[in-house]
Amino acid sequence: MTDSLTFIGRSLRHSVRSVDALLTALFLPVGIMLMFVYVFGGAIQTDGRYVDYVVPGIIVLCAGFGSAGTAVAVALDMTSGVIDRFRTLPISAGAVLTGHVTASVARNVVSTLLVVGVALISGFRPTTLPLNWLAAAGLLLLLMTAISWISAALGLLARNVEAANAVTFVAAFAPYVSSAFVPAESMPSGLRWIAEHQPVTPIVDTLRALMLDLPVGNAWIAAVAWCAAGIVLGRAAAAYLFARR
Amino acid sequence: MCMAYTIEAEDLCKAFGETRVLEGVDLHAERGEVLALLGPNGAGKTTTVRILATLLEPDRGTARVAGHDVVRERRAVRAAISLTAQEAAVDGLLTGAENLRMMARLRRAGDRTRELLAEFGLEHAADRRVETYSGGMRRRLDIAMSLVSRPQVLFLDEPTTGLDPRSRAAVWDAVKHLADDGTTILLTTQYLEEADRLADRIALVAGGRIAAEGTADELKSRVGRETVELFFADAETLEAAAAVLGGRRGESSLHVGVAGAEDVRRVLDELAERGLPATRIALHKPTLDDVFLALT
Repeated sequence: MTDSLTFIGRSLRHSVRSVDALLTALFLPVGIMLMFVYVFGGAIQTDGRYVDYVVPGIIVLCAGFGSAGTAVAVALDMTSGVIDRFRTLPISAGAVLTGHVTASVARNVVSTLLVVGVALISGFRPTTLPLNWLAAAGLLLLLMTAISWISAALGLLARNVEAANAVTFVAAFAPYVSSAFVPAESMPSGLRWIAEHQPVTPIVDTLRALMLDLPVGNAWIAAVAWCAAGIVLGRAAAAYLFARR
Repeated sequence: MCMAYTIEAEDLCKAFGETRVLEGVDLHAERGEVLALLGPNGAGKTTTVRILATLLEPDRGTARVAGHDVVRERRAVRAAISLTAQEAAVDGLLTGAENLRMMARLRRAGDRTRELLAEFGLEHAADRRVETYSGGMRRRLDIAMSLVSRPQVLFLDEPTTGLDPRSRAAVWDAVKHLADDGTTILLTTQYLEEADRLADRIALVAGGRIAAEGTADELKSRVGRETVELFFADAETLEAAAAVLGGRRGESSLHVGVAGAEDVRRVLDELAERGLPATRIALHKPTLDDVFLALT
């Protein structure tokens, strides 16, 4: 536990000091949101206002994309000499990775707050019920943790930083084939089947229902289950790969 | 109880795919001893160190460090060792002081940051990010990071490769102090001089095996003597001197084997008596090349 705290401190320092990466992590999500609301938004028809429909999707996209950056951070670390020093210490294999994952979640909390803030300025009108916000925040934290752990495992699997970078692209594109930006019903049948069965859809649907105070239905069960599975599997895979490399 | 060696390795073998890197390495070092693995690139020095430091598992053979098996009792071995690998193992985004404090916390050791910074001449750079350090400063910090907890066994993989003479001397001093305090040190090097200065015993590594082992003097005596290289004013004098002294003819000089300073005086006196004065001389010690050509 003490070791994890030490590595969390290290990764947070890294986050703050890697100025380029930090600016990208904070402002790219805001840029994506503005693009959807103002550039594409006018052409897409949904029930109700598009800004209300799309902002929860954007939040999920940004949380996923930002968390996937963990793969790059881990791959960078594994190619540096300092990792051999950590691996010859009498500490648990996971401590270094816990540092990366926690710093990733912290970065994404900040960028999500930024996105929500700009969304409110841009006309996003969510519910003000505190319980809904609490549940939404909980779901987002689960999602960020899950994607961060999975990305950490993929970062360990990647042979170099470029390969690790590809992970962020997968995370960035998965939401497009989901209900994040347009309803799944509007897609051709093959894509629609994918959209309805991939994890992003129940997560976005749950978040949207919570933020707009609509009926949540059963979607939340699938959303939480996907995230929990991601955390458990990602973490186990990462610990295994770290010990093997 | 037979608790003889701090480092003992038997028949270590390791292959990476088709490439066989170690073909049966046997090693031992007593407590407080400095053992140098001397050999060219690719001889298997780093692989040996990585196995002993628990970073690699051997395909065959066993090794114990500080009394614990490096495969089955990794954690106990890790508690007793520090590794300074070939690539400087420092965190570039942290400052020098932060690197040292981080290691102290991870090692559950007292904070000796100031002391170590002073010892390695890094006080002025304590609060600068390590990515701004020179190669020599990184190396010194790297070794300081290995010393936060006073390890029982210290592995130094080519600790002075690429260092300027001043940094090299600082590293050598640190190694000597540690050995005096009872730390067992295994260092790898490509430099005969370094092994000579630091090591109690030297193991020559070639082709994944230990080709020869002994003190520096033992090894050098097996290689041959020092030579003095003599230059003359003209080719005739060189010719005449060669007739008197024997030795090996170079292009414009004569190499003669000598045993110490007195022997050099004897050679020069003999030349002077015969009116064949040398214009310039140079002394040559046996080089790593000589050692390898002779013993492998």
